Amino acid sequence: MVAELTAPRLDVDGLLADPAIRIVVCCGAGGVGKTTTAAALGLRAAEVHGRRTVVLTIDPARRLAQSMGLTELDNTPRQVKGIAEAGGGELHAMMLDMKRTFDEVVEQHTNPKRAAEIFANPFYQAMSSTFAGTQEYMAMEKLGQLRAADEWDLIVVDTPPSRSALDFLDAPARLSRFLDGRMLRLLLAPARTGGRSVFSLVTASFGLFSKTVQKVLGAQLLTDLSGFVAALDSMFGGFRQRADQTYRILQDPQTAFLLVAAPERDAIREAAYFAERLVAERMPLAGLVLNRMHHTELAGLGAAESEAAADRLDEAGDQQTAADVLRIHAALLRKVEREAAVAAGFTEAFPAVPSARITAQPADVHDVDGLRTIGALLA
Amino acid sequence: MGDEHRNWPERLHVVTGKGGTGKSTVAAALALGLAAGGRRTLLVEVEGRQGIAQLFGLEPLPYAERRVATTTGGGEVRALAVDPEEALLEYLDMFYKLGAAGRALRKVGAIDFATTIAPGLRDVLLTGKVKESTTRTQDGRRVYDAVVLDAPPTGRVGRFLNVTEETARLVKVGPIKTQSEGVASLLRSPMTAVHVVTLLEEMPVQETLDAITELSALHIPVGRIVVNGARPPLLAGGRVTKAEIKRGLVAAGLSSASATVNQLATEAQAHLTRRELEESLRLELTELGRPIVELPLLPDGVSRDSLTELAGLLMRA
Repeated sequence: MVAELTAPRLDVDGLLADPAIRIVVCCGAGGVGKTTTAAALGLRAAEVHGRRTVVLTIDPARRLAQSMGLTELDNTPRQVKGIAEAGGGELHAMMLDMKRTFDEVVEQHTNPKRAAEIFANPFYQAMSSTFAGTQEYMAMEKLGQLRAADEWDLIVVDTPPSRSALDFLDAPARLSRFLDGRMLRLLLAPARTGGRSVFSLVTASFGLFSKTVQKVLGAQLLTDLSGFVAALDSMFGGFRQRADQTYRILQDPQTAFLLVAAPERDAIREAAYFAERLVAERMPLAGLVLNRMHHTELAGLGAAESEAAADRLDEAGDQQTAADVLRIHAALLRKVEREAAVAAGFTEAFPAVPSARITAQPADVHDVDGLRTIGALLA
Repeated sequence: MGDEHRNWPERLHVVTGKGGTGKSTVAAALALGLAAGGRRTLLVEVEGRQGIAQLFGLEPLPYAERRVATTTGGGEVRALAVDPEEALLEYLDMFYKLGAAGRALRKVGAIDFATTIAPGLRDVLLTGKVKESTTRTQDGRRVYDAVVLDAPPTGRVGRFLNVTEETARLVKVGPIKTQSEGVASLLRSPMTAVHVVTLLEEMPVQETLDAITELSALHIPVGRIVVNGARPPLLAGGRVTKAEIKRGLVAAGLSSASATVNQLATEAQAHLTRRELEESLRLELTELGRPIVELPLLPDGVSRDSLTELAGLLMRA
């Protein structure tokens, strides 16, 4: 017999049906199927539980996006067609346009003239499209907007394909720290802190820094940078405030975090780091979704036994197909065992965190039927 | 020096791939293979993941070139985890002799600031370090016979390698500009090859195709496509009947109860579905007309022995 997880079972339907739950955040390492899981949860919430649902995806696979009728990054929730709406539910989906979201935030917090200056600045252009953490920050910003609009019973969020799942929590803070950080203020107005003894080291070093930057990067760059900082100055408070607000929503019991992991060592390690952080930040961790778990109904015929039998058939000859079938079964069994062992690592560390599993599908999901199947497997 | 490395003539091997495809494992195996026969290679990582240390079962690596493995004929693999902050300090020190002032800069967060404000700058520093180690000489001889870079994943690799564009937008003059131009010309020379690691799964293959298109447009030379985790071609005939399974079970002296036969047939069918998909993906890759190397699935995970085995397979390919 294969070792079974002793973790409590995650009641996905209970979660999706609960009117008090307004936000489900799917997080985990890249490549574990977060987007598919988020889409499947959204579909089930709409079809089975009659909730008006929106799925915010960050970087979906092309065909998955198409299956939900998403053809462009336009920040607009679009209703997904071809779903059962008998229960009064609706499914909408949208793809995050990072740059546009950033532009909108800028527009909201400043006047048109300032906004135009900011948009033209090369630093803003670099930052709004490539800054490490911008995507995470903008995902949170968009989540905050969707929640504030209060048009949805349930918002399902897919998190960005970061290097680390923790970036989703860390990057916004890093960005807002950066945006109203002392480096920027120093750069903007070194005189402000000048003369005060506490800051003398800082000011001295900063003078050196700015001199070095001039030497290494050229004066034009500093001018651009100062321009950028000056233009952004009026928005500092706004940025910080919004990030804090969204952070508080994430801590609220209306939110449920689902960790998504594939049964691979790295993905499980990532999920464990994330679980630790959620606990430390008092964020509501609802459970673990183990994606792409393999399964066999025929655990009674062991791997070694199957392989030995396949070898006997090879010797006897003329039984290639049956021998291959037995080897496929043996490989499957070993995979099931390996996955169970990897998953058990998480359960040992977090015995109280409930989990649900999704059986691996032979082919990738790229239509609504496929999402429906995944949703049913989860529930 | 034998000719076992003749299939991998480049000096800088950049290894990319979608997350989860095993690009770090392939990079490590490549560094091992290229070090065989008394050569010296450097394995570089730039994403702060400490993946090399994990692969070789070591404590986290400092920002220093350390020997992580020895190979045949007195060869060795050294490893380096490049940290952008350290690289910037080293760089400033090299050109401006900053010393203690450099440490003060770090203290006030200037380094963090400088490497964060311009992501291009960060990548210039990282790739600059890679270029420096690739071209470094000692006593008129190259220090490394080959450098293997465990690069950012396919989604970010084009931007990472194409440092000039981003930098040129922000930096018009000065040593950073000169350096990024030097990096750009190395990356576009025959000394460099970018290898893309994939699995026979839809997303990784799609990203492989996208990355190759992107790299080609940037005139960065693409090397091999490495298909990782390839499975043995069971049921090559492509079909299976319950009668055959039943006959086999009887011949092997196992229970041929219909529940067993049915379940085995279901599993075999799932395998065939999967294989059909894999075949069509393999075809898409083949149509690119680039050399493909297949590496087997490591059922027991990565170990030093399996890395050596993969290294041998890569060198022969």
